[in-house]
Amino acid sequence: MSVANRPVHRPLSPHLQVYKPQLTSTLSILHRATGIALSVGALYLVIWVIFASASPGTYAKFQAFNVSILGRIFLGGWLFCIFYHLCNGIRHLFWDAGIGFELKDAYRSGWIVVAVSLAATIVAWIVGLRLV
Amino acid sequence: MNSDLRTPLSRARGLGSARQGVHHWWAQRITAVALIPLVVWFAISLIMLSGADYAVVRAWIGSPVVMVLLTLTIVIGLHHGQLGMQEVVEDYVHGEGLKLTLIVLLRFTAVFFGLAAIVAILRIGFGG
Repeated sequence: MSVANRPVHRPLSPHLQVYKPQLTSTLSILHRATGIALSVGALYLVIWVIFASASPGTYAKFQAFNVSILGRIFLGGWLFCIFYHLCNGIRHLFWDAGIGFELKDAYRSGWIVVAVSLAATIVAWIVGLRLV
Repeated sequence: MNSDLRTPLSRARGLGSARQGVHHWWAQRITAVALIPLVVWFAISLIMLSGADYAVVRAWIGSPVVMVLLTLTIVIGLHHGQLGMQEVVEDYVHGEGLKLTLIVLLRFTAVFFGLAAIVAILRIGFGG
């Protein structure tokens, strides 16, 4: 058998469904997911401003959604997306500057991002809902 | 034969296959850096405004500093979002026609919503 005809057994690329989840890959996917959510959230922010420029009655209808259970979940989730994408975005900017590429650094910065974004979200919920 | 006297590296540097080089990447980073202080300010404001009524929200949006910062947050945020969403489309949408359509729609949406936000903010600030 010639070299050209020999079957090649190249390594397959790691498909998501057989790929063991790691902190680094999970955070990477979450960065994109929160980015998509925030793009929608940005449109919602614009709609909020437009409603505020309308009459009090029109704004009241919009505000009724914001203070409903669904609205609270939506806005609370939005805040988590903001904090997560902000923290992990800063992590990405450090990588862009060539800092923190060692595996242990990538894990350490990853856990810092998880801790800071969760803490900020919890504080935001407590203050936002006037629980204290 | 290639009649261009420049080396392949010199032709490729800063250009890329689309002749735009690193423009998209760079714009994404610049908007990201700008958004760091703006988003921190906006998130804190949002938390403080939680449950605020019509008059309070309008007084907040209409103050000069907020008008500037909120416009910056929305315009730069929409730009950053559009750049990111374009990347998502380029990664997952493989039909050229649909891909181009979506990229154009993303741009149109960002510009439309950005302009609508500016008009609304000015209307509140200048009492329209």
